[in-house]
Amino acid sequence: MELDIVELSRLQFAMTAMYHFLFVPLTLGLSVIVAIMETVYVMTLRPIWRQMTKFWGMLFGINFALGVATGITMEFQFGMNWSYYSHYVGDIFGAPLAIEGLMAFFLEATFVGLFFFGWEKLSKVQHLVVTWLVALGSNFSALWILIANGWMQNPVGAEFNPETMRMEMTSFFAVLFNEVAQAKFVHTVSAGYVTAAVFVMGVSAWYLLKGRHTALARRSITVAASFGLAGALSVVVLGDESGYSASHTQRMKLAAIEGMWDTHAAPAPFTAIGFPDLEARETHYAIEIPWVMGLIGTRSLTEEIPGINDLVAEAEERIESGIIAYDALMTIREQRDDTPAQIRESFEAHSANLGFAFLLKRYMDDPRDATPEDIARTAADTIPGVAPLFWAFRVMVGLGFGFIAVMVYFFWRSSFKQQSYPRWALRLAVAIIPLPWIAAELGWFVAEYGRQPWTVDGVLPTALSVSHLSIQDLLLTLAGFVTFYTVLFIVEIGLMLKYIRKGPTEDVEETDAWEARHEHRLRTHDGQGPFANPAE
Amino acid sequence: MILYELLDYDTLRVIWWLLLGVLLIGFALTDGFDMGVGALLPFVGRTDTDRRVIINTVGPVWEGNQVWFILGGGAIFAAWPPLYAISFSGFYLAMFVVLAALILRPVAFKYRSKRESGRWRSTWDWALFIGGAVPALIFGVAVGNVLQGVPFELTPDLFARYEGSYYGKFFGLLNPFALLAGIVSLSMLLTHGAAWLSLKAEGAVAKRARKIGAVTGALTIAGFALSGLWLMVGIDGYALAGEVVTDGPSNPLYSEVVRTQSWLSAYAARPWIAVAPVLGFIGMVLTVRGLRSGAEVSTLLWSKLGIFGAISSVGLTMFPFMLPSSISPNSSLTVWDSSSSHQTLFVMLVSTAIFMPLILVYTAWVYKVLWGKVTEADVTENNETAY
Repeated sequence: MELDIVELSRLQFAMTAMYHFLFVPLTLGLSVIVAIMETVYVMTLRPIWRQMTKFWGMLFGINFALGVATGITMEFQFGMNWSYYSHYVGDIFGAPLAIEGLMAFFLEATFVGLFFFGWEKLSKVQHLVVTWLVALGSNFSALWILIANGWMQNPVGAEFNPETMRMEMTSFFAVLFNEVAQAKFVHTVSAGYVTAAVFVMGVSAWYLLKGRHTALARRSITVAASFGLAGALSVVVLGDESGYSASHTQRMKLAAIEGMWDTHAAPAPFTAIGFPDLEARETHYAIEIPWVMGLIGTRSLTEEIPGINDLVAEAEERIESGIIAYDALMTIREQRDDTPAQIRESFEAHSANLGFAFLLKRYMDDPRDATPEDIARTAADTIPGVAPLFWAFRVMVGLGFGFIAVMVYFFWRSSFKQQSYPRWALRLAVAIIPLPWIAAELGWFVAEYGRQPWTVDGVLPTALSVSHLSIQDLLLTLAGFVTFYTVLFIVEIGLMLKYIRKGPTEDVEETDAWEARHEHRLRTHDGQGPFANPAE
Repeated sequence: MILYELLDYDTLRVIWWLLLGVLLIGFALTDGFDMGVGALLPFVGRTDTDRRVIINTVGPVWEGNQVWFILGGGAIFAAWPPLYAISFSGFYLAMFVVLAALILRPVAFKYRSKRESGRWRSTWDWALFIGGAVPALIFGVAVGNVLQGVPFELTPDLFARYEGSYYGKFFGLLNPFALLAGIVSLSMLLTHGAAWLSLKAEGAVAKRARKIGAVTGALTIAGFALSGLWLMVGIDGYALAGEVVTDGPSNPLYSEVVRTQSWLSAYAARPWIAVAPVLGFIGMVLTVRGLRSGAEVSTLLWSKLGIFGAISSVGLTMFPFMLPSSISPNSSLTVWDSSSSHQTLFVMLVSTAIFMPLILVYTAWVYKVLWGKVTEADVTENNETAY
């Protein structure tokens, strides 16, 4: 790989974003799990549920700190490293980011302090409300960031303004209700729920294996398994929804994921396994399952899904149209006040393809100089790396189905087998703790790498989106981020392990006293507890 | 009629210029004392318990306060995309240093007291110091540079190019006037942190904080006055030339900009803006007096007034300029030519009108719940859960 500004900027963004997403899914899910546990506490008043809330809440806090810290980088590096991108689409992309701050960050960050410090200062119900607001805030933040990201995948509700040389919003509601964003939102938060469920289950399973904190661990597994089962099913269903919307919004990405070079007569088969070859433009040793792809992608037996080769041919046409738009744009700029009407018309007719002309800027300053060879070469650039996408997608989906199986099994044991778990299953639960993170990162890889060579699909090429920086600038900050993040990661994992090993603070006396009083209440009708002064 | 045309484009631009000020001032008023407290920590706190008391005065609130900064970034992106794009990439390495400091801070807060080791804790204490002092300094340095003009130019495609090598770009920021501005902002936030500690802590900690705060407060007053004089004699201003179009498309290259004798000519044209620096001085002076006399609530309020006055002075002096360019004045960003589209500004205003009151209400509630001093007993009794 050539180390130019574009590649270094991509590397830095990928690194910081994927690192940030190590903490986000656990925050999303664990905040809800903790809120569920506290709800049970407030409803039943059983002390053990408060102890669970506090224990998982503490692990949540350790993770949350790094989520917040690495999130700051995300908010600012669009401007730092993607200056032209920020100028070009800030009119649309900035809005959900700002609303995320208004609606979500303030909520979660203001109340997270009270979650930890407010136990003594608030009533039980007040504290419960605070906990739910933290969970709500975290999840709202995912909503707005995925509306922003969804727009990069499927830029609706915006058009190019030649006066300001940028995209401008034409419909906020189109951006808000972008079908890609909605599917991605539920898919992503569900992935967070699965991550947290697997985490809670794995840590609890470790306690059961060690014979420690068994009462707390069993209850935690029950919560995690039911919550995780719902999450795991939702991830796959909404992943399917994403596939369906990709078939008409992000066709190249879908074709690349499938390694589908030629358009297949409907309904297209799904390639379960194969070896995509970009050079030869074919997928070797493909094992195909008939009809499945057509059904997932179009939910019909008659609609076709275009293959890569046809999409490249289409890109060639769009580049040619984009050059006309570019030419008109230059005239409009030179004759700002008296642009001939037919130039305006020509621009209107072709402006949707302007981004395709910008793809040529990688090879030349003026896209109007392009030869047919340049156009063909640039059209071929619109194919993302097929093999990495093909495999990343399959591993992610495989893991997704694996989580459903694990959750079903634990849910069954928890509901119908008196919460007894064989040791192999507990060991398995511990062993799979890292897998949801791998699945989540692969998911982002498919979404973002699959969109290349664009930052905003069909609108702005990645190569044009960067800032005017030097290689030294980038090497310095990249090295800084890598060192810094590595140290923080080691510290974080160290603290997590320390607190997991230490385990929850279980007040056994308090729990036993509560149980005795509870038993007494169940057996007698005198309304009097066995103790003169009940703690509650 | 289209809904967003209820408000004129130029009105919306002014509203968003004001809102940007509200966010920056909100950030300085709230997270400002967190940063000040962080920077004061190694000097005001002698023992571990001292330091834990200090940290726990901001422990439950710094996270919410920091969102003012993040929202500030988001709002600049949404309402002033060219400003976001050009300033953040132009100040690239300085921004990186700020980010690094601000990333350290949350981690330091959360992790410091999670281990007993003295070395562990003192390392994180210095991280809190850096997380408070470095951004406070750099924000001032950035303002100092903006007042002098930033070396960028826009191509006809509105791609921003900067002059200078990578060393030049970072160390070039550290010129004398900018350093003075940095010292003003650092000492201002140190004073603010001291006023906070005077309210939230007691005994020796509060006393030491007041002592340091009185000194930094005096330094702030001197620095603020000196930078005013410097602006009067040593630094050229900027002005729009020709006919000023206030509701035209957001393309900075459409307007013509000239250099003027001084920014302070704004005070001749709009004398009422003098109220900002006057309020600033009043606030700063009364803060110092309050720190000396030991008044608590009122001192914090005076400190807020001082910060409000200082930041709004900069904004009002420069209006309508947001980011002037030193090498290509015509590329300068102004309120009239570097905003989002009419519709985006309107949508963002509606969102702000819905959420900002809610934010203020629940933030106030949280502060009310947490009202009162943090004592040594609070820290020792909650050894596990306190920071």
